[in-house]
Amino acid sequence: MNEMTPTREERVANLKGMGCARKRVEDARFTQGKGNYVDDVKLPGMLFGDFVRSPHAHARVKSINTEAALALPGVVAVLTAKDLEPLGLHWMPTLAGDKQMVLADGKVLFQGQEVAYVVAEDRYIAADAIELVEVEYEDLPVITDPFKALEEGATVLREDLEGQTEGAHGPRRHPNHIFLWEQGDKAATEEVIAGAEVVAEEMIYYHRTHPCPLETCGCVASMDKINGKLTLWGTFQAPHVVRTVASLLSGIAEHNIRVISPDIGGGFGNKVGVYPGYVCSIVASIVTGKPVKWVEDRMENLMATAFARDYWMQGKIAATKEGKITGLWCHTTADHGAFDACADPTKFPAGFFHICTGSYDIPVAWVGVDGVYTNKAPGGVAYRCSFRVTEAAYFIERMIEVLALRLGMDAAELRRINFIRKDQFPYHSALGWEYDSGDYHTAWDKALKAVDYEGLRREQAERLEAFKRGETRKLMGIGLSFFTEIVGAGPVKNCDILGMGMFDSCEIRIHPTGSAIARLGTISQGQGHATTFAQILASETGIPADMITIEEGDTDTAPYGLGTYGSRSTPVAGAATALAGRKIRAKAQMIAAYLLEVHDNDLEWDVDRFVVKGAPERFKTMAEIAYASYNQAIPGLEPGLEAVSYYDPPNMTYPFGAYICVMDIDVDTGEAAIRQFYALDDCGTRINPMVIEGQVHGGLTEALAIAMGQEIAYDEMGNVKTATLMDFFIPTAWETPNYTTDWTETPSPHHPIGAKGVGESPNVGGVPAFSNAVHDAFRTFGLTQAHMPHDHWRIWKVASDLGLHG
Amino acid sequence: MIPPAFDYHRPESLDAALKLLGAHGDEARVLAGGHSLIPMMKLRMAEFAHLIDLQAIEDLRDIAVGDTIRIGAMTTQAELLDHAGLAEAAPILSEAAMQIADPQVRYMGTIGGNVANGDPGNDMPGLMQCLDATYTLAGPDGTRDVSARDFYEAAYMTAREDDEILVAISFPRHAPGYAYEKQKRKIGDYATAAAAVLIEAEGGKVKSASVAMTNLSDVPVYSEGAGAALLGTACDAAALDAAVIAMLGDIDPMEDNRGPVAFKQHVAGVILRRAIERAWKRA
Repeated sequence: MNEMTPTREERVANLKGMGCARKRVEDARFTQGKGNYVDDVKLPGMLFGDFVRSPHAHARVKSINTEAALALPGVVAVLTAKDLEPLGLHWMPTLAGDKQMVLADGKVLFQGQEVAYVVAEDRYIAADAIELVEVEYEDLPVITDPFKALEEGATVLREDLEGQTEGAHGPRRHPNHIFLWEQGDKAATEEVIAGAEVVAEEMIYYHRTHPCPLETCGCVASMDKINGKLTLWGTFQAPHVVRTVASLLSGIAEHNIRVISPDIGGGFGNKVGVYPGYVCSIVASIVTGKPVKWVEDRMENLMATAFARDYWMQGKIAATKEGKITGLWCHTTADHGAFDACADPTKFPAGFFHICTGSYDIPVAWVGVDGVYTNKAPGGVAYRCSFRVTEAAYFIERMIEVLALRLGMDAAELRRINFIRKDQFPYHSALGWEYDSGDYHTAWDKALKAVDYEGLRREQAERLEAFKRGETRKLMGIGLSFFTEIVGAGPVKNCDILGMGMFDSCEIRIHPTGSAIARLGTISQGQGHATTFAQILASETGIPADMITIEEGDTDTAPYGLGTYGSRSTPVAGAATALAGRKIRAKAQMIAAYLLEVHDNDLEWDVDRFVVKGAPERFKTMAEIAYASYNQAIPGLEPGLEAVSYYDPPNMTYPFGAYICVMDIDVDTGEAAIRQFYALDDCGTRINPMVIEGQVHGGLTEALAIAMGQEIAYDEMGNVKTATLMDFFIPTAWETPNYTTDWTETPSPHHPIGAKGVGESPNVGGVPAFSNAVHDAFRTFGLTQAHMPHDHWRIWKVASDLGLHG
Repeated sequence: MIPPAFDYHRPESLDAALKLLGAHGDEARVLAGGHSLIPMMKLRMAEFAHLIDLQAIEDLRDIAVGDTIRIGAMTTQAELLDHAGLAEAAPILSEAAMQIADPQVRYMGTIGGNVANGDPGNDMPGLMQCLDATYTLAGPDGTRDVSARDFYEAAYMTAREDDEILVAISFPRHAPGYAYEKQKRKIGDYATAAAAVLIEAEGGKVKSASVAMTNLSDVPVYSEGAGAALLGTACDAAALDAAVIAMLGDIDPMEDNRGPVAFKQHVAGVILRRAIERAWKRA
């Protein structure tokens, strides 16, 4: 071996494969303002759409007069429900088995609802024209409280469903009722609770909030009437599903529709669904024969596109006097707004909420979720979490705290004695899940030791004494959270969206000179797929990550996939990528064997080459093999080096983690200062530690926002009170604390590379950690439950109600 | 978020600006940093056929520091913070300016726009009342001075006539004891409550005191009673209590997303106490 020959270590380093903190290849363009987003798409003759929206939360639409708007120079068309009705597009199906108005059909059901769609030659004319559309409304009674919605004699919101006692998910017992969805054994659970030594009961509200990505939702629809092809650029987290839905709704054959998701400025679940803006833009392009752009503004995004959460969770948890949990009961009232437009796998109207037994070995449990209509915007998307998993984690992590209070027991110890043990995996939960793997005790002990938990409790006790002596007005809170995520939806046998099984895919082409392109059915919205999927392929194929292009989001080129949400990219498309890489390597082995004139089995893989066993000087690198695949006739083998893999996951993956938050609360002003946040994540095999850390920082910051101030609030008239970023809390660097990240590594046994997904864990685990810290600060004064968001006045109110203001 | 059409003017002298304003009357509005006016126009809550941008008028950017401090209306918050003479002569101004929004806003937002717009959420009006500042208004018939304490009539309603432009702010060097205390939900937010306090001490007692509060009424609140409650005291607990009680009598907060009235009153008291304590330490 001469000096020029790289060592094995150098070859490994050159790959930048799995485990490498490779810098994100996307950032060069993002940090220089060179991203290409939907609003950057500019086509010749492009028109612009804008919506007339309802100022009322519930009203009859008596008339719509478009004459003045149409008379404004530059206005091309004004669409109303009447115009869409002949096409059957004035309503559209939702992902949740309901239907939704595209444009107001006789009435409006929430403030901000789309009433008419104006198409004009420029954006400014469109904005002027919407003011000229005259809509006559007649107010109807408004219901913003889901409990009032279910009262006898309550105003019927969805008159279109009148008389329908059967919904997409079973019987409807009230005109404003959508479904009751149950899991577990109710009778057995109630029996355990009735006979339990200790029962803690609490109503836990997880307030309505919104994913609020920096880039709002939008699209450009371009119908080419010559060749009959529709091209649709959009902020889509699932471009292939959008293509299929667009084909089914419009009747345009699917091969004549091309959907392109360009760069996306954050999605967080907000960009999974199909919105009226997309439908109207497509129709407008078909009608006018010109491209039509629609991009919502910030207020429209917050008021009308999909919200998240809004779950009222009534819980009962039973335990022995020693703290061993014996049963869990949960009835949730879910406020879905005017239409059930949740983005969940079809068979799961409450998502994976039944992961709410959390990380604990609970022998019996029952969950019932009542979906309810109100005069609020539709949605209910998984905001940086798997479907309803943040709600579930918040519920169980609050119930654990409530139970610890009831028992007079340390909440860390209560968790420890109830964790599912390492030797119980794969673990079958009482609500029907099979947890693939976990090592909770190790993670918990590591976390408690890292923060010196006992030391923190001692300090807290001292601070409390000082508070009681009047030496300080600050209380210290220690927020504990141990979460189990459930991600990677999902097995086709029970997971689908509008009938599409939730597999995902990867297609790889190796070029003659040893570089490659891979295309996936997912779409990055900031997750860094171009960086991390290349790392998986580098490790699998021996081609350096820097020589692999990752491409997503164009349905004409990418293989079919279900998109990116619910932390499914790595568990599903990542697995497809690894398996496609293995197909490449298998063929490469045959080519190498031919070139080296040995049997396939005489070769072994070594980083980036096949080596003849026992003869290390005889090898063929992947680059050499790639070249040979294109320029040599190899008996029995087709030319070229390509592979496709469609991966149907056998199970979900179950990332977990331990988070601890320490905060100081000023009881007089209600301000909470976070002085320490420790986050341990176990996401199985770690592909890129730096990307993981970035994901954790981002997710924790969104969790901070949700727990401490972010909300979509309505007044009694159904007016949105938080429709701008003045009132809707998005933390800046100033409000964001320092985070300490840590990890354990428990690979998934059923995933090809053992990876579990991480992007949403910090939101799932973070919200209870922040909230529990607030609760913990007031624990000794008798606080059991204070609803989020914990903004200044609500914390002040807690202190005030507890008599701490003298 | 798209404003209606308007004509944009960029005069290079105050006279030209005043002529434009005279010609277009209440259909025109002068534009300073634009951080209040532009969002209101984008929301279509304000509609003006003519915007008269003052950016090109160099005369409105002067800062003169003598016994009296005079600041041109188009001076940005960032320029206030960067001015060494101001930091020495009026440190409360720097302390307050640092608590206004974020660097990007401070590079554009001006002191003139901040005080002239009449937004009760703005920080500078209350501070100017505390400093007993004078606003100079230029109109078709020349200039006139109005005390900051007389300038504000209601939210967005001020003593400025439609054909006048606020051109400068002046105030005397302030007492050595000063503090600007502000509670807000986040960077970029208006105050939940803010207090400007100036104290001059003599022989261990308060010789003079001035107190003003922000965003606790539809106008800034100069609380003469709160200042008076501190006179002759050593800012002891009883004096603080008396000042807070006097201040609470002067404010009139409204419930909004920052919280209910009782919370705002409580926080106003806490913030004022903290401001007085800090100002007293410096006095």
